[in-house]
Amino acid sequence: MIKKIFVPIDTTAIALGSNVVAEIFENALKENGSDIQLIRNGSRGMFWLEPLIEFENNNGRFSFKNVVPSDVLPIMQLLEADDFENLATGNEKFLGNTKEIEYLQNQSRLSFSKAGIGDPLCLENYTALGGFKGLKKALGMKPQEIVDEVKNSGLRGRGGAAFPTGIKWQTVLDTKHPKKYVVCNADEGDSGTFADRLLMESDPYQLIEGMIIAGAAVGSDQGYIYLRSEYPYAHKTLNTAISKCYAEGFLGKNMLGSNISFDLEVRLGAGAYICGEETSLLESLEGKRGMVRSKPPLPAIEGLFGCPTVVNNVLTLGAISIILGQGATFYQDFGTGRSRGTLPVQLAGNIKRGGLIEVPFGVTLKEIVEGFGNGTHSGRPIKAIQVGGPLGAFVPKQQWDTPLDYEAFSAIGAMIGHGGIVVFDETANMFDQARFAMEFCEIESCGKCTPCRIGSTRGMEVLDKIGLQQDVDSNLILLEELCDTMENASLCAMGGMTPFPVKSALELYKEDFTS
Amino acid sequence: MNYKAEILDIVRDHIDMEGSLLPILHAIMDRLNFIPEEAISLLAKKLNLSSAEVSGVISFYHDFRKERVGSHKVQICRSEACQAMGSRDLEKHVKTSLGIDYGESTKDQLIYLEPVYCLGNCACSPSVRIDDDIHARVTPDSFDNLISDIKLSKTRDEDLAR
Repeated sequence: MIKKIFVPIDTTAIALGSNVVAEIFENALKENGSDIQLIRNGSRGMFWLEPLIEFENNNGRFSFKNVVPSDVLPIMQLLEADDFENLATGNEKFLGNTKEIEYLQNQSRLSFSKAGIGDPLCLENYTALGGFKGLKKALGMKPQEIVDEVKNSGLRGRGGAAFPTGIKWQTVLDTKHPKKYVVCNADEGDSGTFADRLLMESDPYQLIEGMIIAGAAVGSDQGYIYLRSEYPYAHKTLNTAISKCYAEGFLGKNMLGSNISFDLEVRLGAGAYICGEETSLLESLEGKRGMVRSKPPLPAIEGLFGCPTVVNNVLTLGAISIILGQGATFYQDFGTGRSRGTLPVQLAGNIKRGGLIEVPFGVTLKEIVEGFGNGTHSGRPIKAIQVGGPLGAFVPKQQWDTPLDYEAFSAIGAMIGHGGIVVFDETANMFDQARFAMEFCEIESCGKCTPCRIGSTRGMEVLDKIGLQQDVDSNLILLEELCDTMENASLCAMGGMTPFPVKSALELYKEDFTS
Repeated sequence: MNYKAEILDIVRDHIDMEGSLLPILHAIMDRLNFIPEEAISLLAKKLNLSSAEVSGVISFYHDFRKERVGSHKVQICRSEACQAMGSRDLEKHVKTSLGIDYGESTKDQLIYLEPVYCLGNCACSPSVRIDDDIHARVTPDSFDNLISDIKLSKTRDEDLAR
């Protein structure tokens, strides 16, 4: 008979009704006087199947997809049976053993290996699944040894810029200063990305562990997670996770009896996309307008409140606990070229099987969009794929064989960024998307540099003229020149890369601009 | 109305934090639904900043507002993934059915409408956030149902109060 029921508690599952389903199961179990345990687990990231409810008996864990309230009663009648999985086979929503779902089987889950397994806030569960192994190892290592391990893993920043993490840490370690900070960039603003959110909601301790290790490596006793305010559930989960860590001695003074101390706090952003840029994020953490800083000085030398600061993305810090726990060589063995390890890819937009897939670098876009994604949600042909968020280029069909690899993508003028892939079907108008790119930049520019602040406004105006078919040829030249100026003269990637989607839309879908 | 006591309470709770201005402004928003004019000089004094600096921070971030707005915040995601799933049509419907544009509140001060740029729910677009609840695969019909629920619970609350 069934012993445990798992109902996911991540944003997407809840947005699709998992809380209601959980409540109905809970009431039904109570009415029956059943001692079956209902666990609110994280999500496995197969979002098109959510709410994906799992049932555990001695033979394993079995799932039902897209469970709605009316499905509960028929499922309840199967729970006492010895052969749950055989009886359930007749139900059209039954998927069989969760482990055998192809979408999961074809992934290499390292960072997301624990996501969706159990209650994200249960410390015993986290430890049982190998959590804190990396931290315990790190506590017995010298700071330089930890940094070397990270360097050897080949880990590069997962936020988008792909800077080698070990080198960043080395700079902070080498900079002598009485106060240093570890800042987690959890301002995941790119449309089509949700990997940070999923990790924070489904496996928050992994991030916390990574931050403590970072602190031990560079000699910092204070960490901040700068979380975007658009993630209310992640906010609650992180705050609860942090207080549990304090209660169990994983955070605070003399952590786990060592001579290392580390404090951690979540700070909420306030709806500004630009605060995902690290220097703007630091300004915001200091309580100021999120204006981008000029570099140098690098944040690793003069960061938060002028102190040496590690600024890493959620996934980067999450990977740290895997690298320390399982060793740099283990991590390094995944991937291709200079892109080592795995990349959590997020399949979004008009896609049939959207969700999070963690794959080694080297997998092609085609394998992801067609293999995992299975085409568009609407069933119409794919028109465009935007990789890497609102600043990423549209990748044309003839380049879908490009392997996911930072260098290979930059060679075709595209970028992997934070691993978000947004699919559009043939009804999309790419002129509208190009105009939106400029509009978004106009709304979200911090305003510090002219090419971004004024360029985006002029970009919208020029595109509006093109939309009205006014002097199309000369306005297209003007647009191109404007894009060049923004690309070459902007202070940060916001203004510098907004032209990428604009230019690629123009190049690939010119008919949408001239009719 | 005078909000001085409430603002000073909030300042007292946060003053020891590093870079406390954003947490303080969030707390004021949570408590009052807007940031009253008098908060600016109060915060400037307490945090040793100029009024211009405090004003500058308030105006920089979308989350902070100086005007009181409708009690339920409805945010429609305008980002690319949601656009690929029809959010442009959804936002047209929302504006027509509520009779307001972005940045406006309904006449009964029940609903305040705002765009948002990504809720991280991009595999099941289009997404809408109402207060702290996020909704996936929102259609014009399901949106209208969500609004009816808000109206219903308001009527229920009023009945209970009576």
